[in-house]
Amino acid sequence: MIIQQTLNALSLGSMYALIAIGYTMVYGVLRLINFAHGDIMMVGAFSAFVTYSVSGSFSLAVLVAIFVASITGILTYKIAYKPLLDKDAPKISLLITAIGVSFFLENLFNMLFGGIPKAFNYPKFFDKLIHIFGAVTPLSSIIIFVVTFIVLLVVLWFLNKTKYGIAIKAIAFDMNTVKLMGINVDFLIILVFIIGSALASLGGIFYAISYPSIDPLMGVLVGLKAFAAAVLGGIGSVSGAAIGGFILGFSEIFVVAFFPDMAGYKDAIAFFFLILVLLFKPTGIMGIDFERSRF
Amino acid sequence: MIELKNITKKFGGVTAINNLNFKVNLGETFGLIGPNGAGKTTAFNIITGNYNPTSGKIIFKNEDITNEKPSKIVRLGIARTFQNIRLFKSMSVFENVLIGFDNHIDYTFFEAIFRFPRFFREEKKFKDEALKILEVLKLDKYKDYTATSLSYGNQRKVEIARALATSPDLLLLDEPAAGMNHSESEELAQILEVIKKEFDLTIILIEHDMKFVQKVCDRVIVLDYGKTIFEGTPADMLKDEKVIKAYLGDFNV
Amino acid sequence: MRYFTTLIITTILVIGTLYFANNHLDGYSVMILSNLGIFIILAVSYNLINGVTGQFSLEPNGFVAIGAYVTALLLLDKDSKSMQFMLSDPSPFVMWMHASFIPALLISGVVTSLVALTLAFPVFRVRGDYLAIVTLGFGFIIRIFAINQDAYTNGSMGLSSIPHDANLLWIGIFALITVVVVLNIVYSKFGRAMKAVRDDEDAANAMGVNTFKMKTYAFMTSAFFEGIGGGLMATLLTTISPDQFTFMLTFQLLIMVVLGGLGSITGSIMGAIIVVVGMEWLRFLDEPNLLGFTTDAHPGLRMVVFSIILILVMLFARKGLLGDKEIWDKFRKQK
Repeated sequence: MIIQQTLNALSLGSMYALIAIGYTMVYGVLRLINFAHGDIMMVGAFSAFVTYSVSGSFSLAVLVAIFVASITGILTYKIAYKPLLDKDAPKISLLITAIGVSFFLENLFNMLFGGIPKAFNYPKFFDKLIHIFGAVTPLSSIIIFVVTFIVLLVVLWFLNKTKYGIAIKAIAFDMNTVKLMGINVDFLIILVFIIGSALASLGGIFYAISYPSIDPLMGVLVGLKAFAAAVLGGIGSVSGAAIGGFILGFSEIFVVAFFPDMAGYKDAIAFFFLILVLLFKPTGIMGIDFERSRF
Repeated sequence: MIELKNITKKFGGVTAINNLNFKVNLGETFGLIGPNGAGKTTAFNIITGNYNPTSGKIIFKNEDITNEKPSKIVRLGIARTFQNIRLFKSMSVFENVLIGFDNHIDYTFFEAIFRFPRFFREEKKFKDEALKILEVLKLDKYKDYTATSLSYGNQRKVEIARALATSPDLLLLDEPAAGMNHSESEELAQILEVIKKEFDLTIILIEHDMKFVQKVCDRVIVLDYGKTIFEGTPADMLKDEKVIKAYLGDFNV
Repeated sequence: MRYFTTLIITTILVIGTLYFANNHLDGYSVMILSNLGIFIILAVSYNLINGVTGQFSLEPNGFVAIGAYVTALLLLDKDSKSMQFMLSDPSPFVMWMHASFIPALLISGVVTSLVALTLAFPVFRVRGDYLAIVTLGFGFIIRIFAINQDAYTNGSMGLSSIPHDANLLWIGIFALITVVVVLNIVYSKFGRAMKAVRDDEDAANAMGVNTFKMKTYAFMTSAFFEGIGGGLMATLLTTISPDQFTFMLTFQLLIMVVLGGLGSITGSIMGAIIVVVGMEWLRFLDEPNLLGFTTDAHPGLRMVVFSIILILVMLFARKGLLGDKEIWDKFRKQK
């Protein structure tokens, strides 16, 4: 049973990790909680749903999901955030538009697809049962974990080893210096939104396969939890977001496994972590300190 | 009055201040001189508790105030102005000064909600006080203007007025004459004389304008890359070999 | 004194108008006005933390739910409770708690502001950034608890037959109290300090303002009136259930506060009027035969329109109707 639950936890944690990375990267460059991020995951899942129903090709569905989610991310930045950043508007204005975009996406999809959860179709081979260390698990949970692991390695490689990645990390600490170095900051921020949205859409598809249904509000709670995971790992840190995601995945699965009575409160665990982190270690596990005084 | 003992501050690997020592006596006007990046504002931020020093001690009125919080340090009697003016932008000049009185106005949250007599009494008392400060600084005619709509020079004076409202014994002025023209800085020098007497102040100021420094400061200390290279009177400073060598061209004498 | 004269005249005028409206208007208008009264209470108090103090928070739906449940459980009598609780027997505490209308509302307010205190402590100790996400999450937690704590909330069945104690007159009086109290705070050293926190937190700190305390005061006061607003809502509707207090409520309040101007109390009142009337007026958007096309209904189009309005206001008219000024400031000579 432990092995079974561990596999479940790994695939749930993968999903949180993928979504948490988008939060943490946007926070890193803009110091903004991108409330719309959870909904971008929903947009990705719906795009995959529609494409797969129409074309029957799952790989095409994944590509379309990544594409549509990235475009949504870019548009969100360009239309809703950038004008306010250019005007040097107070942060509260940005947070309000962020919530506005989130609510807009939820209700737009609610209007287009209706609020009733839709069964999410996916190729049958995902359901193939695999025997591993004496446990039985659908192939999907292995795929989810392996894909996430590879994606994480690629993102970390990109951030640490490529010119653009290093520049993105530099804006997180000092945007003005990066500007002075003649790097196009706007382009880097768009890149951050593309990476975050693409990962979120993958997370959305994985969510849809695991449950397997989608609805316009699916991104709200998952997004909130992923944000808590990002804070737990240390907001601003990509590896921290991944670690936070897995910790949250494991906690949710094992709390329910060991204390079945607590099943109804599973969704409160992330919130509990968030409060604990704020109380005892506000910089999270990876401990990035943005609290430099601005004098 | 105040003494900094072996203060060192490091940011990551960079040493902003290296073993800074000075003592300011009661009633003195003390200048902190040095080019940009010499660690002067950092020294202010350490005194006011915005930064904790990496090592060293600060003694104020015979009390160790190292590592105290900014709000506590204000209550102990140290007030400051900012290099890049930081007035409350939604408020009038008058309200900005009233914020300085926050610790002195004595009524509770409930007395404010239910408008107890003490609320009206205290508000009246400190509004009169605020007006007095504005009069001393010749700002009374701008009382109801939005603070940030005033001229640069007047905004600096509002910052001083706001700092005075906290009723400090020690006033820290971060480049008070910056951006002022000649007649404005002349006027400021006079005003500093007046408020020093009126409010029994000791002043530490950071300034680049050497004429202004010569006029108002009794003693100065010169920093270079976090190190102290001179301590003495402004007149001696201008003759000092080391200072001239280090700063030739930086002084607008 | 001028302050008290103004207060007394305003009170008489407001109560007189409400008394007239309560007795002479039709049921529909009284219902809309009662709704408006509750939204004024909620919008004005929400503005204290968001607009005046500048700490972005998304708490109202959670806090209103607390107020509604506490009031409902205090007002329902023992027989009604033991009859209603289907999923499990009501806890002894629930059976024991009882109060009449006004004390019940006040208790709801106090309980809600104590909950606010426990949330404020971890958040404000760090910085304001996470308040929005913590309060957003709290809205979900409250729902989880409302559904799972059968013995206290009757789970997803909710509570019904709550005594219909609130009428337009009472709601109006509470709205007036809310506005007066919040204005009294704004025009005191506490209000000035809250605005200072909003304008420049570091500078406020440097002037000796206890910024943690100011944020906590603002948040607890908002919570107090949101609890009362929730209680009034429960007695006005007479039934409550966990699904009633969704984020939608918070979103409506956010639009009111933003439209009126963050930081303007009179602006929030105007925002509440516009949104409550606008919600009624825009109802046609959710009708099945919009603009002559018969479709399978557009559930949510109204909300799409509202979110677009919010984004547009933020992008092009960030200050809303009144900015951070009050209506009377607009009549004074501008300097």
